[in-house]
Amino acid sequence: MTFRQNHLLGIEHLHPDEIVSLLDLSDSYVDLNRRDHKHTDKLTGLTQINMFFENSTRTQASFELAGKRLGADVMNMAMQASSIKKGETLIDTAMTLNAMHPDLLVVRHPHSGAVNLLAEKVNCAVLNAGDGRHEHPTQALLDALTIRRAKGRLHRLSIAICGDIAHSRVARSNILLLGKMENRIRLIGPPTLMPSEVSELGVEVFDSMQDGLADVDVVMMLRLQRERMDGGFIPSEREYYHRYGLDAEKLRHARDDAIVMHPGPMNRGVEIDGTLADDINRSVIQEQVEMGVAVRMAAMELLCRNRGLIPGDAP
Amino acid sequence: MNQGNLTTVFQNARLIDPAAGTEQIGSLIASGGKITEILTQATVSKELFRARNIPDSADIVDCDGKCLAPGIVDIGVKVCEPGERHKESFRTAGQAAAAGGVTTMVTRPDTDPAIDSPETLEFVNRRANEAAPVRVLPMAALTKGRQGREMVEIGFLQDAGAVAFTDCDAVVQDPRVFARCLSYARGLGALVIAHPQDSGLSRGAAVTAGKFATLRGLPAVSPMAERMGLERDLAIVEMTGGRYHADNLSAAAGLPALRRAKEAGLDVTAGVSIHHLTLNEFDVGDYRTFFKVKPPLRAEDDRLAMVEAVASGLIDVISSMHTPQDEESKRLPFEEAASGAVALETLLPAALRLYHAGMLTLPALFRAMALNPARRLGLDGGQLAPGAPADLVMFDPDAPFVLDRFRLQSKSKNTPFDGQRMQGKVLATYVAGRRVWGA
Repeated sequence: MTFRQNHLLGIEHLHPDEIVSLLDLSDSYVDLNRRDHKHTDKLTGLTQINMFFENSTRTQASFELAGKRLGADVMNMAMQASSIKKGETLIDTAMTLNAMHPDLLVVRHPHSGAVNLLAEKVNCAVLNAGDGRHEHPTQALLDALTIRRAKGRLHRLSIAICGDIAHSRVARSNILLLGKMENRIRLIGPPTLMPSEVSELGVEVFDSMQDGLADVDVVMMLRLQRERMDGGFIPSEREYYHRYGLDAEKLRHARDDAIVMHPGPMNRGVEIDGTLADDINRSVIQEQVEMGVAVRMAAMELLCRNRGLIPGDAP
Repeated sequence: MNQGNLTTVFQNARLIDPAAGTEQIGSLIASGGKITEILTQATVSKELFRARNIPDSADIVDCDGKCLAPGIVDIGVKVCEPGERHKESFRTAGQAAAAGGVTTMVTRPDTDPAIDSPETLEFVNRRANEAAPVRVLPMAALTKGRQGREMVEIGFLQDAGAVAFTDCDAVVQDPRVFARCLSYARGLGALVIAHPQDSGLSRGAAVTAGKFATLRGLPAVSPMAERMGLERDLAIVEMTGGRYHADNLSAAAGLPALRRAKEAGLDVTAGVSIHHLTLNEFDVGDYRTFFKVKPPLRAEDDRLAMVEAVASGLIDVISSMHTPQDEESKRLPFEEAASGAVALETLLPAALRLYHAGMLTLPALFRAMALNPARRLGLDGGQLAPGAPADLVMFDPDAPFVLDRFRLQSKSKNTPFDGQRMQGKVLATYVAGRRVWGA
C-alpha cells in the first residue's frame, strides 16, 4: 500500500495503511531531528509557502522548521495583515500565490472547508494546517505518532478526548484517525461543548470525567477555545476547571500508566493542572511538539514524491 | 407573429387537471386569452369548429400525447431588481420562468432597497411590464426596510398591486409587531407570508445540525428552530385571526403544529421549496456552496416527510424559491458564501423526479405548483377550466437530459442540479394564450 494523496486536507480520506506508512517515515525523521546535524536535501529547490489566515505560532514554526530541515525554500505569509483585509477573496489570493509556482502550500484558515476550496484552485500540494472546526490532520498524525511511541501500538487502546469537542478541529481529526486504527474512543465534556449527533461517529460520550476516564490508556485534553465562546457555553472557567479540568485526582481513574496529552497552547488552571502538565512521568506534551516536526517532514516528503517532484516511490 | 386575439386549439393532449385530480387525453380550446372549452375528444372535429365559430386562422397545436397543464404559479421568486441587476433582471427572470413553465412569478421584496413603499412597488410593476414575458405579481415587505419594527402601508401597497406581504428570511422577531401586522392585514384581507424560524437559534448557521455538520465542522441549526418559529407564528395567528402562509418549510418537527392549526380552522397554508423536496444535507458533500440554501438542506427523513406532506395536502404549495447569486458570492468558504439557488427552470424537471419515483401524481404536483398558490392569492389561474386564463405549460415528462448550468436563461447560474440527469422537458409555455416559450 502506498501513500496516494496529492494533498493532505484531512484524515477523512486517508486509508489506515497510508497512516501507518506516514508514521513509519516520521519515525526516521525523529531520529534525524535528534542528531546534531539535522539537515537533508530531499526538498532542495522546492518552494514551500505557509499561509496562515489565523494566528499561530507553534504550528507555523513547526511547518517552517520541517520545510527548512528538508532543504526547501520556505516563505511565511501573515495573511491577517495582507490584502485579504483589502477585500481580496481567498481564491484571488490563492491564484496570486499559485502564479509564483510554489510546490507546497501550508494553509490555516478560520473557516471550515476553506482549505478544500483553495486546493481545488491551485496546482501544488496543499497541506491543511487547520480549517475552522473541520480538520487538523497533522495534529492528529503527530498525536498518533506520540501514542504509538509511548504505548508501542496504535490499536485497541482506550482513549479519552476531553473538553471543548464542539469547537475543536483537533478532536475531529483525532476521532477519525483513532477510529480508523480501531481504538475505543471516549469523548468527555459538558453537553454544550459536544457537537450534535457526535455519538454517530462511533464514540462513547460522557459528561463526567470520573466515569469517562475509567481505565483509559490515553487522556487527550483540548484547549478551551475562549475566543469562540460567543454564547455562554459554560458558566465560568472555575466551574469548568472543577468539573472538567484534568488534575491528579481525576487522573487516578485512568490506568496507572495512562499518558496525558494536550495539543497546546495550554490554559493552565482551566483545562489542565499546571503541575500535571509538567510531570514528565505522565505528560507527553513536549514529545507531541517534537513529533510535530517529524510528522510534517514526512507528510511533505510523501506529497512531493507523489507529485513526481523528487525521486522515489512513496513507501 | 399573429398572437393578438387569437384562438388556439390544443389537440391530442394529456390534460393535467389539478382541480379534478385527473389526467386524460383530450383537447382544449383557448380564445381571447382564456380557456373557452375542454373536450374529452383527442381531436376537434370540423363540425365543432363550425359550431364554435372557430376561425380558419386558429392555431392548431398537436400535443402528440404530451402533457398540457396549467402554468406554474411560483410564490417567492427573487428578481434582483432593484439593486443587484447583475444577478437577475426582470427580463432574464421572465425568460427563465417561461423556459420553466412558470406563467406567474410572485416576486419577493427582499431587494435592495426592499419593496416597502408604493413608490418602489411602482418601479417593480413598470419593470415587470416592460421586460418579463410572463405574469409578474409583486409581494411587498411586511415591515419597513424588513427591519421588523414598523409595518408598511399595507393598504396603499395593496392598492398598488401587492398580492402578499412578507419580510422573507428576515423574521419579525418582536411578537407584538408581528401580531399587529397580522391584525391590521386581516382588516384588509391581506395575506401575510412568513419564513418561520427562531432567529436566535439559527444565527450564523450554515447547515442543519447532525452528524454531517459535525464531520464538516460547520455551524449548524437544529430543525427545532423552524418548529419554534412556526409554533410562535401559529399562536399569533390564533390570537389575531390573520391570513397566514408559512413559506419554505423544511423540517418534519414543525408538521404536527401545522396540522393542528389547520384542523382548528385557522386561515393557514404552507409551502416548501423544490430543493427541500429533492435534496438532503449530504448533497453539500465537500463544501459545495451551490447547495447552501436557507433554511439549510435537511436530513433525508425530513425530506421524505415534506414529500408526504405535499401528497397528503398538509403542505399546500411547492415553490422554486428562486434566488440568483453570482459566482463571486458563491466562490467563498461555505460559511461565508451566500445562500440560495436559481430554480425557475429546474422546478418542473426536479418536481418530476417525485413523479417518476412514484411519490406524487402529476395532478398532485400541479395542485401544489399551480392550483393552490393561485387560490391562496385569489387568482383564477392554476386550473384547466373554461373561463380561467389560458396560462399553460406543455411538457414531456419523460424526456431525459443532463443539466448544463451555462445553458440556463437566468443571469446567475447557481443551480445545485448542474451536471445531473433530469427527466422532463418543457416544450412550450403560454401566457394568456400567447406562446412565450417553445417552438
